[in-house]
Amino acid sequence: MTATPLRDQATGFGGLTQQQRRLIRRRALLYLKYFVLTVLAILFLFPIVWSLLNSLKRPSEALAVPPTYLPTEIVFENYTQLTAFGNYGVVGHVENSAIVALITVAGSLVLSTLGGYGFARFNFPGKNVLFITVLSTLMIPFQSILIPLFVMLVRFELNDTLIGLALVYITFQLPFGIFLMRNSFLAVPQEIEEAALLDGCSSLSLLYRMMLRLVLPGIVTVAIYAFINSWNEFLAALIFMSNQDKFTLPVFLTLVRSGIYGTVDWGALQAGVIVAIFPCLVVFLLLQRYYINGLIGGAVNN
Amino acid sequence: MTFPNFSFSWEQRRKLTGMLFVAPTVLFVAIFFIIPLAMTLFMSFHDWPLIGEQAWIGTSNYTELAKDRQYLKSLDFTFRYTLLVTPPIFILGFILASLVRHNIRFIGVFRTIFFLPVVIGLGVSSLLWVWMLDQRVGIFNKILLDLHLIQKPQLFLAKPTTAMNVIILSVVWKTVGFTMILLLAGLQSIPDELYESADVDGAGYFRKLFYITLPLMRRTIALALILSVIGSVLAFDQFYIITRGGPRNSTISIVYWIFNNSFTYWKMGYGAAISIVLLGILVTLSSIQYYVLRERY
Repeated sequence: MTATPLRDQATGFGGLTQQQRRLIRRRALLYLKYFVLTVLAILFLFPIVWSLLNSLKRPSEALAVPPTYLPTEIVFENYTQLTAFGNYGVVGHVENSAIVALITVAGSLVLSTLGGYGFARFNFPGKNVLFITVLSTLMIPFQSILIPLFVMLVRFELNDTLIGLALVYITFQLPFGIFLMRNSFLAVPQEIEEAALLDGCSSLSLLYRMMLRLVLPGIVTVAIYAFINSWNEFLAALIFMSNQDKFTLPVFLTLVRSGIYGTVDWGALQAGVIVAIFPCLVVFLLLQRYYINGLIGGAVNN
Repeated sequence: MTFPNFSFSWEQRRKLTGMLFVAPTVLFVAIFFIIPLAMTLFMSFHDWPLIGEQAWIGTSNYTELAKDRQYLKSLDFTFRYTLLVTPPIFILGFILASLVRHNIRFIGVFRTIFFLPVVIGLGVSSLLWVWMLDQRVGIFNKILLDLHLIQKPQLFLAKPTTAMNVIILSVVWKTVGFTMILLLAGLQSIPDELYESADVDGAGYFRKLFYITLPLMRRTIALALILSVIGSVLAFDQFYIITRGGPRNSTISIVYWIFNNSFTYWKMGYGAAISIVLLGILVTLSSIQYYVLRERY
């Protein structure tokens, strides 16, 4: 390697030490990395941005063949048109989705908190078997039990009801919720509780008054997952609802797409897509940390 | 403790309280999971229409499977799809994870952008893609035409191979962020010192990749691959929405075929039999996952 400086002079890199050259190389690589990252980021954002742009075109422009790249003027007509589809328009279906999501979030939170606390802090016969049973439902895809679930919901006259769908969603959330909340409670030092219990605090009020604040990150994580999963779920919602008025947003949008309300209104469909994407993006962007931690904790540890 | 109950000891009361805490969860899982699971098996031995009498028909549903050409086609299609979609998700996920691995400036923004599609529903993203792929109003045809890469608009969804390819493209976009995050967590758990000492030894990028990164990430890689395989075996939304099972029933996945039998033809017993097959496949996959992941301990 003693010959390197000489060769460098010949190729015009004279005067630079090895260290300086390494620095330049590293800089160049960094810029290259940013360039690649930026290109990829544009590609990843493209479908969402493109959908947003189209939802803001005039309805006639959104149907143009071939399509235009940018809206010639920005209007919200596609959104207002979407409210005219079906019996009570997109608003009703957003409402359906929101109600299902709300019940799912509330139910998952209550059950996961109570259950997680029970599994973390109490000893009773059959505890481990029950805990493993709850977790092992993760191994079984819900797709394979949809038929009996449908039969059961029909039997109890819960098909075509938002609460019926939400009850099923809550169950799908439980293994993750229980797992996460149990870990959250286990991370709280036991001394805090023992003191309170000796002071005569009941288990439930202890949980309510003290513990909830300490396991708040877990609660937020369970809530985000319950919301995003129930808001986005498609197959079960498609099967359990036969009354169009009860359709959740994604299922309703497939109707718009299949042109059941006349010709396929692509502008309105993209408006619907944006409406469906928006809450998830907001929740995710605001509470990203919890979502990612939940993903890593949930996936890696089970 | 407002009403002290002296007939129970402290320990007994704690036991009872604990049971009460987990009771709602256990009840939900029993009603909406364990019972349906048992019922799937039970129904699979029946002729079970929506309206009318159910009849025990033994294993007829299962013997019928062997004669059901669409079922065999669906199994084949689902496996082919899984085999084709898993490598691009994994490779791109690994590249993305490597790119966003170090905490350089703005890296959080890039991580977030690559992850964004994961929080969009697959159904909704399929609705977005079916429109982008449309031969008349779709942007892909517009761009390809403007770049003179094609002469006339393409019907991407009309041919089985192109339909498969564009669906793979959409699914990679939608799910690669998930794999990226898993692999990123794995990458970041490798101590920097290992790379530093490799640098001192003059190891190049690929040597470090094959001798440090990949071996130490075995578990994470296995997890990412298996989760992605499981997701692909259960695929439904994209085929129902983007291709509607076409062209010529070539994109009917196994879940799609369960759906059609159970909720279009209302042969719910037969659908249950296919569900049992699906269950077997998934339990096998999960067992492999469990086996591979516990190995290190």
